[in-house]
Order: sequence, then structure tokens, then C-alpha cells
Amino acid sequence: MKLETMRPETIKPETTAKTETKSNTRKIPLKKRIIKDIIKNKILYIMVLPVVLYYIIFHYVPMLGIVIAFQDFTPGKGIFGSNFVGIKNFIDFFSDPSFIRVLKNTAVISISTLVIGFPAPIILALLLNELKNKYFARTIQTITYMPHFISLVVICGMIREFTLDTGVINQILGFFGWEPVTMLNKPELFTPIYVLSSIWQEIGWGSIIYLAALAGVDQEQYEAARLDGAGRLKQIFHVTLPAIMPTIIILLILNIGKAFSIGYEKIILLYNPGIYETSDVISTLVFRKGLEELNWSFSAAVGLFNSVINFALLITANWISRKTNETSLW
Amino acid sequence: MKESRAEKVFSYFNIGFLSILAIVTVYPLIYVLFASLSDPTQLMSHTGALIKPLGFSIKAYEMVFSFPNITRGYINTIIIVVGGVAVNILMTSFGAYFLSRKNIFIKKYIMLGIVFTMFFSGGLIPLYLVVNGIGLRDNLLALILPVSINTTNLIILRTAFMAVPESLVESAEMDGAGHFTLLFKVMIPLAKPTVATLVLFYAVYHWNSWFNASIFLQNEDLYPLQLILREILILGNTTSISGGVNDANVLGVADAVKYSVIVFATLPILCLYPFLQKYFVKGVMIGAVKG
Repeated sequence: MKLETMRPETIKPETTAKTETKSNTRKIPLKKRIIKDIIKNKILYIMVLPVVLYYIIFHYVPMLGIVIAFQDFTPGKGIFGSNFVGIKNFIDFFSDPSFIRVLKNTAVISISTLVIGFPAPIILALLLNELKNKYFARTIQTITYMPHFISLVVICGMIREFTLDTGVINQILGFFGWEPVTMLNKPELFTPIYVLSSIWQEIGWGSIIYLAALAGVDQEQYEAARLDGAGRLKQIFHVTLPAIMPTIIILLILNIGKAFSIGYEKIILLYNPGIYETSDVISTLVFRKGLEELNWSFSAAVGLFNSVINFALLITANWISRKTNETSLW
Repeated sequence: MKESRAEKVFSYFNIGFLSILAIVTVYPLIYVLFASLSDPTQLMSHTGALIKPLGFSIKAYEMVFSFPNITRGYINTIIIVVGGVAVNILMTSFGAYFLSRKNIFIKKYIMLGIVFTMFFSGGLIPLYLVVNGIGLRDNLLALILPVSINTTNLIILRTAFMAVPESLVESAEMDGAGHFTLLFKVMIPLAKPTVATLVLFYAVYHWNSWFNASIFLQNEDLYPLQLILREILILGNTTSISGGVNDANVLGVADAVKYSVIVFATLPILCLYPFLQKYFVKGVMIGAVKG
């Protein structure tokens, strides 16, 4: 069955090959070459078939599934049986009291993460780069990479335990006169906890890429700077930073492009209804409306809104970067 | 070369700062380890940081081991990791091999179609409906098939395959090697460091992932370790573990149990990782070069 369906695809390139060989080399036994080619490429296409099917089933069919955002979808009726309602779901979302809330929280959490979380690994990489003792540097690297490998469930479990009113963080702060409080029940503490724990988990891992860029900096430039009397700090600002600037800009573009796609996974594991006012973001709203309240169409509409924002952000960030720096993703 | 005074100060400050950073990073993990080995009653009445286990007790670990859900979760996770990585590597290398071949008519369009998925997606709900629609609900395949290929990894492997010298490919073809032979006998062996890196990335991904399991699995017998951990750590459901211990102790035991569960689930990966570090680091770098 599979071989049959493959045939139309495999024939196309062969026919073009046939005309080419005809015009160029007439004397080589054509039949044999073509047959050999067909056999060769048929296997190649059979190989790529599962890959293409994967992308169609798990990426493109869901993309078409976006139409439910414009429907009043129920699984019983299916995509083809459900009524189209135009942009009703979007209007519902924009007039929903949670709209402003999730938009604000998404912006606050993503901007905090970007402003504090983006420079942190760069600073770590610069400091590691200044170490003379390579053994010490390696030890610091191994330790700071470690939290990256711990699962999110465990990380969030630890955060929850530590921030309880009886948890170790409250106990330590208690020595300085802090009133013990279950921190994850305090709306104003959610963003700090989220951002700081993310930095704790990813600072080391994030620095790898900058360390790689730093390793590629031309050593002669340092030599020249030193001859000109530049101290180490000056060398960092005038040699090191400019040298890794393209890397920084590319990663900044990628991060701005991802800014509004804050994952639901960590937030779902940390938040509770009592602090929705500061912790509920677009993606968690999609999750709750769709998978907990089974409000499929509304949820898909919110998800589409998010996807479009992400896509627009990435394009804009890349465009600005190309205009100003001549460094861009494409 | 002589250092100025200011530079020496900077050096010491730097070493001091990085040492503190390392301690802050690793201390939460050490705390968990010490707490898991502590005597539960002493742990409950203790305030402040731990610099060594309080007393010594492996009671919590005994409870964890006797909890059938945890061992079953461990087994399920191992099945998912092994099966998942096998599918990942097979599919990723098929795709990467196809995209690394020259003179293929529709290659350009397939590549475009694949890269587009990195920038735009249908979102959570449509994917959920698709997976349910093809009958993968309550099936471990729901944790494997929808994540068969990570597009970044696919592109990394394609780059590695394209770096294989064309002359080697041609001579293998001359010896009558077909595409499967070429892929498994020439390409993958020559790109071994990259393939090893991808195996590790995929394995860690499967080991740590929980979300798809939480939406696609209803049957608790299929739960991977991370879902069991979520029940204990996030939903606070330790009753089935600590049942039988008298009430005054329950809270303290529950905490010790939580800490030992964390150690039990995290130790294998943290012990292995320093030995595999160079592969992980390599993976990040080749991933970056492609951008």
C-alpha cells in the first residue's frame, strides 16, 4: 500500500533526470541508469515518508485545527459538523475580565525574565573567562550546569517545600526578623520566585554558548590592547564584549521572539487559584479553558492569539536587528 | 606579566563571587539530600539550614521503595525513555539523511515545511484533539509519537551528515551500498559524537517530561515517574505512602518522604551527567552554530 502511494512522488524527479541524461550523454545505457535511479530514490522517499507523515499529523493537521477557534466546536459534532461563529470567540476573549490580567502577567513575567535572566549568563561567562585557574573554572561550570538536568516537577516540588511558612527559606529569613509566610500564597512574590528560580536553574547552561563564543576571540587583540595600556576591565569592554556581540544579539532576538510564549508547565506546577491575579498567563488560560473546562473553541482562539503575537514579535525583532546591526536570523 | 593592584582585587573578588554562586546553586540539592537522610522527627523540629543530616535514618527511603506506584513509575519511565529515544533517533536520522542528500527535487519544499513549524504552531488544544482523535489516549505511544522529532535536533544532525566527505559516500555507493546501508554504516558511524549528543538530549527530555503524560494518560498503571512525583510533591498526596504511621508523625514523615523521592528520582541523572558533560556541551555549541 505504502509503495503504491509513493509512486507519483518518486516518478517526478526521475522524469527530469531522464530528459537531462538524454541531452547530455546518449551512449550510456539509459534504461539501466534510470532503473537504478528509481530504485535508489524510491528507498530515499520511503525513508522520508514517516518523517513527512509526522510533520503532517502532529504539526500541520493541528495548524488546520485552528479553524475551531472560529467555530462553536464540540467533539461530538467534529470540525466538519460544528457551526462557524466568526470571530465571536475572540470578542469573548477580549471582553473577558481575565484578558487584561493574563496579558499583563505575561508581559510582566516575560519582561522580568528577559531583563534579569538574559544578562545573567553573559556575566557568568565573562567572569568564568577571567579565571586563570582552569580547574576551578571547570568545577564552577559543572556545578552551575547541574540544575538544568533536574526535572521541572522536582524543581517546583523543591520550590514549594522551601517557600512554605515552615520551609527553610522562611526559617533562614526568620533570623533577620522576617514574618514566616507561605510565599506561593502571596501574589506579589510569584514573579520574583518564578524569575529567580529560573535563573538558578539555567544560568550555567545558558553561559555555555557565550563561553564558546569567548573561546573564539582572537588572542592577538588582547595583546594589542595590553600594549596600549588597557587594564583587564577595559579589555572586557573594548575587546571581549564587541567580539561576542553578534552572539548576544542573535540570542536576544530569539529571546524576544519567544517572550510571549511563556510555558505553562512551570506555572501550572507553582500557581494556585489564590494568586491567579499575578500568575495566570496566556498559555495557562489556554490550558485551563481547554483541558479543564472543555471550552475548546475559546481556548483555541486564545492560543491562536498567542501564536500570532509570537510570530509577529519574532519577525519584528529580526527586522529591527537587521536595520540597526546587520545581524539577523535570516 | 605583572598585575596591578586593582587587577588582583578583581581576581579575588571574581573567585569569591563565583564560589558563592556555586554554593548557592548546589546548596538546595545538598539540603534535600541531608533532609532525606535525617530522622523525620528531628527534621520537623529543626529550624534553619542543615550542614549535616540530623541523626541518621533511611526510614523514608524504605517507605519510598515499598510504595508500588514509584517502582512502577520508574519502570514506565524506562520504557518510555528507551522506546522514545529509539523512535527519535530513527526518525531524526531518516529526516536528516534525506535532507542532506543532493539533487532531490522536492527537498527544498520539505525543508521549508519543516522549518516553518519552528515558528508557528497550532497550539495545545488542536494537538490534544489530534492525539485523541487517532486513538492514542491512554497509550504510552502518546508520549512518544507526537514528539518523534525535535526540529532543532534534526537540523543539527543534517549539518553533521552534510559534513561527511562526498568521496566516502560515492565510494560506498560504488560498492553497491543502498541508502539504508549508507545511513547506518557510513553516516551514523561518522557522525557518532553528534548522534551520542542527540541520544542524551532526547533521553533527558523523556526522563523529565510530565505534561503530555498528564493530559493523555488516565490509567495510573501507565504513569511515568514524573507524574507520580507530581502527585507526591505538588499535589501533596503522600497519604498512601505514610499510611500506618501514627498521626503525630505524619507531617514530618511526609516531608522526609518528599525529600527522599526527590533524591531517588534525581540522583541517577546527576551522577551520570558529569561524565557525559562534554557531549551535552558539544550539543549546545553545534546547535548554536547552525543559527
